[in-house]
Amino acid sequence: MAPPAQSHRSPSPSQPSGKGEVSDLKSQLRQLAGSRAPGVDDSKRELFKKVISYMTIGIDVSSLFGEMVMCSATSDIVLKKMCYLYVGNYAKVNPDLALLTINFLQRDCKDQDPMIRGLALRSLCSLRVANLVEYLVGPLGSGLKDSNSYVRMVAVIGVLKLYHISSSTCMDADFPAILKHLMLNDPDTQVLANCLSALQEIWTAEASKSEEASRERDALLSKPVIYYLLNRIKEFSEWPQCLVLELVAKYVPSDSNEIFDIMNLLEDRLQHANGAVVLATIKVFLQLTLSMTDVHQQVYERIKAPLLTLVSSGSPEQSYAVLSHLHLLVMRAPVLFSSDYKHFYCQYNESFYVKKLKLEMLTVVANESNTYEIVTELCEYAANVDIPIARESIRAVGKIALQQYDVNAIVDRLLQFLEMEKDYVTAETLVLVKDLLRKYPQWSQDCIAVVGNISSKNVQEPKAKAALIWMLGEYSQDMQDAPYILESLAENWDDEHSPEVRLHLLTAVMKCFFKRPPETQKALGAALAAGLGDFHQDVHDRALFYYRLLQFNVSTAERVVNPPKQAVSVFADSQSSEIKDRIFDEFNSLSVVYQKPSYMFTDKEHRGPFEFSDELGNLSIGAESIDNCVPVQQVEANDKDLLLSTSEKEDVRVPTNNGSAYSAPSYDSSASLSASQTSTDLVTLEPALPRQASPSLAIDDLLGLGLSTTPMPAPPPPLSLNSKAILDPGTFQQKWRQLSISLSQELPVSPQGIAALTAPQALIRHMQGHSIHCIASGGQSPNFKFFFFAQKLEELSNFLVECIINISNSKSQIKIKADDQTSSQAFLDQFQSALSKFGTL
Amino acid sequence: MISQFFVLSQRGDNIVFRDYRGEVQKGSTEIFFRKVKFWKEEGQDEAQAPPVFNVDGVNYFHVKVAGLLFVATTRVNISPSLVLELLQRIARVIKDYLGVLSEDSLRKNFVLVYELLDEVIDFGYVQSTSTEVLKSYIFNEPIAVDAARLPPLGPAAIFMQGSKRMPGTAVTKSVIANEPAGRKREEIFVDIIEKISVTFSSSGYILTSEIDGTIQMKSYLTGNPEIRVALNEELNIGRGSGSLYDYRSSTGSGAVILDDCNFHESVRLDSFDVDRTLSLVPPDGEFPVMNYRMTQEFKPPFRVNALIEEAGNLRAEVTIKIRAEFPSNITANTIVVQMPLPKYTTRATFELDRGAAGQTADFKEANKKLEWSLKKIVGGSEHTLRAKLTFLQETHGNITKESGPVSMTFIIPMHNASGLQVKYLQIAKKSSTYNPYRWVRYVTQANSYVARL
Repeated sequence: MAPPAQSHRSPSPSQPSGKGEVSDLKSQLRQLAGSRAPGVDDSKRELFKKVISYMTIGIDVSSLFGEMVMCSATSDIVLKKMCYLYVGNYAKVNPDLALLTINFLQRDCKDQDPMIRGLALRSLCSLRVANLVEYLVGPLGSGLKDSNSYVRMVAVIGVLKLYHISSSTCMDADFPAILKHLMLNDPDTQVLANCLSALQEIWTAEASKSEEASRERDALLSKPVIYYLLNRIKEFSEWPQCLVLELVAKYVPSDSNEIFDIMNLLEDRLQHANGAVVLATIKVFLQLTLSMTDVHQQVYERIKAPLLTLVSSGSPEQSYAVLSHLHLLVMRAPVLFSSDYKHFYCQYNESFYVKKLKLEMLTVVANESNTYEIVTELCEYAANVDIPIARESIRAVGKIALQQYDVNAIVDRLLQFLEMEKDYVTAETLVLVKDLLRKYPQWSQDCIAVVGNISSKNVQEPKAKAALIWMLGEYSQDMQDAPYILESLAENWDDEHSPEVRLHLLTAVMKCFFKRPPETQKALGAALAAGLGDFHQDVHDRALFYYRLLQFNVSTAERVVNPPKQAVSVFADSQSSEIKDRIFDEFNSLSVVYQKPSYMFTDKEHRGPFEFSDELGNLSIGAESIDNCVPVQQVEANDKDLLLSTSEKEDVRVPTNNGSAYSAPSYDSSASLSASQTSTDLVTLEPALPRQASPSLAIDDLLGLGLSTTPMPAPPPPLSLNSKAILDPGTFQQKWRQLSISLSQELPVSPQGIAALTAPQALIRHMQGHSIHCIASGGQSPNFKFFFFAQKLEELSNFLVECIINISNSKSQIKIKADDQTSSQAFLDQFQSALSKFGTL
Repeated sequence: MISQFFVLSQRGDNIVFRDYRGEVQKGSTEIFFRKVKFWKEEGQDEAQAPPVFNVDGVNYFHVKVAGLLFVATTRVNISPSLVLELLQRIARVIKDYLGVLSEDSLRKNFVLVYELLDEVIDFGYVQSTSTEVLKSYIFNEPIAVDAARLPPLGPAAIFMQGSKRMPGTAVTKSVIANEPAGRKREEIFVDIIEKISVTFSSSGYILTSEIDGTIQMKSYLTGNPEIRVALNEELNIGRGSGSLYDYRSSTGSGAVILDDCNFHESVRLDSFDVDRTLSLVPPDGEFPVMNYRMTQEFKPPFRVNALIEEAGNLRAEVTIKIRAEFPSNITANTIVVQMPLPKYTTRATFELDRGAAGQTADFKEANKKLEWSLKKIVGGSEHTLRAKLTFLQETHGNITKESGPVSMTFIIPMHNASGLQVKYLQIAKKSSTYNPYRWVRYVTQANSYVARL
């Protein structure tokens, strides 16, 4: 642990710490408070400055509160501002004294000068004291109606501040409605932008409490609002532009004409010097064209040049942020960047984190035509004096070798690395040669010849040593000295500190023994003896295991330890495609820089507005993290339980579909489920499962089974569905957005069904018995809304269903989207039959 | 939105601290500073902290300007570009107001800085970063600090280097400072600043080359008149079809071909396609009018050749030759050539050109680097450095793999490699007597200028 930063600071002369100074200030302020002498303002200024400077360096000057307030009766605006700053900082810890300031702030809110009005209002709202909120409502109300845009601008943010101090006061005063009106009518774009920010925050926070608020939040994404903002976008300054663009990226246009109109309108934003504007525009372009493959690809081509320009202009920090986004795009579509590889060459003065991104990009864009040049460049870095980069470069060469068909030349390069005789180069290269041989065993001859020349004494890093030992065991028939090298390693067992290396040594000795028994016998004996006495659990166990195997039967042991191997075709990717998609969906955010989706690094209450997909994402992550061999019932039970728990916690909302043009399923999902919650749920639930599977659930399941086994008069359904289908909500959402509705129908619901539908869970369980799975549900009597999905048994073809059931008229609205449209009718029949049985048994 | 903003000195002292939302704990400045100071990367003992990182759910953003750390924190998943641009912009606005940006000037003017911060951000949301708009809200007057002793800052600062100071002291003038004589000097600065990256292969062949340029403007004109900036008429943007690195393009014809460019939001491009002029009403303060990037073939200002050869047991010889390939009426300054030497080098003796005034060569024992500095190089001249190295142990393998590459930094005032030019600068103001000073200045700098062995 690093020592505290304090100890690294030399005490600065400007940083007094004693209380003497503070009490000094106190008496001086007192003297000045009542004074009317000429020049008193100047002396006050000096004193105030001192107070503020103490405050900045962390000295507690809150004891001066009374004196500061007394001195604040002044017309000097500089003094006023300093006083406001001070009051804002300490009011929270001094709520009683804060009351003293209310008077003069309220008076200033009515000043003739709009500047004073604005400043006072801002300070008033910044007090953050809950029992003073009653004093805010009046000034805020008049501030919102002020003729001066500066005051309105301050008032709008003031409303948001009030909301955070006391949401009920804010809502009761109906401020959001006023903001909404201002947003759509105010001539000043900064007022407008502040309204948008404030409303996003307020509605997002309220959405979990009230149905109306969630409708209001969705309305921000409605066509009229989006078009209104887009039409004014050029009046905005650069920062509000980012805000608007972020919103537009969430908008779902109804047809491709709309998409092209928006893109044409925003085209010139790509030439903006502010990287944040450009990235926000790119996000809009990428999101809008998700379902239009060729246009999407054209977007990539279009944004390349602006991105590269941003990377090379601006400060290193800005350029890093843009490069991270370029990195994401390159990783997604390397083919489109394969001719731009020279842009990813490293410059000697770049920092490690930039170079690392560039090396990864070089690795993925390598193809048949540019590999030679890329690998040549990487070999330059490998010889570099910058060791971490040299290592990364060697790994990059190795990765390129693993992804290419023609590895011939690259293998030669790798072998040349071994000849460089730098320890770290040798170490990295050995690890790579091992991986290469696992994929391309045909190269063993060439590699082994070189590897055989390396003295194991020159290899110290555990990973490299393990790789070398693995090769010695695997290719002992081709390496003359193998048994003797292994023998000397086994004899010096105690010198080997890494358990990983010792494990490899045991296995390698075994393999070598099967190939060259007489020569290896001694090494084997030494290794097993040492292994049995090893203090490391795994090493000991493996030695014991080998020992017993050999005792049991040597040829069986050979078949177990050294069977013929299949070459590895693809090494597993470290990140699932689902995670990658989620990062892509969060383009232009920290997720891209951290290379993690936001739920991995933010807590729930700090997610931005409209991050609705997160809750769904958690569901799927939870389901995923359960080992695949866990019976599916259990997974379902977990999922079900999560849904259950969310709807219990949540005020369920009546889904409305007509108000908003955007009806992505996620809107109806619960908004209060956090990642941590999910995982704890899973942990605690698993052991408690039997109890969770309550009687009713069991009966339902039984009934479900009974139904499918009882011979029915109806012919067996032509479509068989996968009862264990799994679809993650992210994919669901994406598909729902992309696919068009293939069938839409109104179905009657039987009275028994209506009677049974007291809560959404009943239907969910019922449908699951028919292999139709629920991914999200919500609503309250009389309207319930469900999103279901099903998968064909034999292929990965999905059906997505939106189902709205109205109890009062016993009708259900069904919308079906399908990967394979031809079978959607068959699916509808099946869905209908399943639905009709609901409540009948 | 952001939660806090603060500025730390190199030692980690709080110079300015503003908490906008009260969501992040108070100790954040210390957590941040400790993290940055002792950043660790896998497999690395010392590493530079990335500009953005997360500690316990708090995201820290920072940029380094003039030796100070400008930091923002937030708990939400915000656009990193937005915050980093904002931090950079705040630094620039502060500089516009204080004239110079340094620890000293910030400490002297912290009340003014708080004034600015109150108007730039409210409750974490950006309100305005326009130097001009902010003017009406700022009441403190800047306290000037002595600019001469300050480290250079920003691209335009290179005009201030050494004794070769450019006319006018505008670069360190506050936008709200009162001139001693009571009237402002009417002037406008347009700087064309180009950063060059070139990689030479061991045989002197150019492997990659790129120019990153920016046209920087700083206006002190009263009444904010409209300005027209005319660039080369033969200026093409976008390299069209074919590979970006297709060097067959027409260098002879004098056409400048930019790969891409972007513009400040005040720039109007109405007639740009027709006659390559940009029109704008320059806002107060310093800002980039246009950024551009060029990979078209150009003549690198310096040719660099480097050679290392074994010369008997435990010895080697290094020869570095640089040739200035720009006209002789132009002089480059502050040239530094560096070359990492084999780790086992113990001693190096140097042999400079005869009559090499203003040149020094040094062996940096600590990081085993050769450093050759030249005060100035006149166009057309050639300079050579020979060094004899003594090794601690016998070399094994290839000595060229143990050393290099050679890197070079330089500044060439009044020269630009791309050929992009400001043909004229028109100020639209009716009066015939109105003739403000117009400074159009060019400068070329090395970004990554490397010769391999």
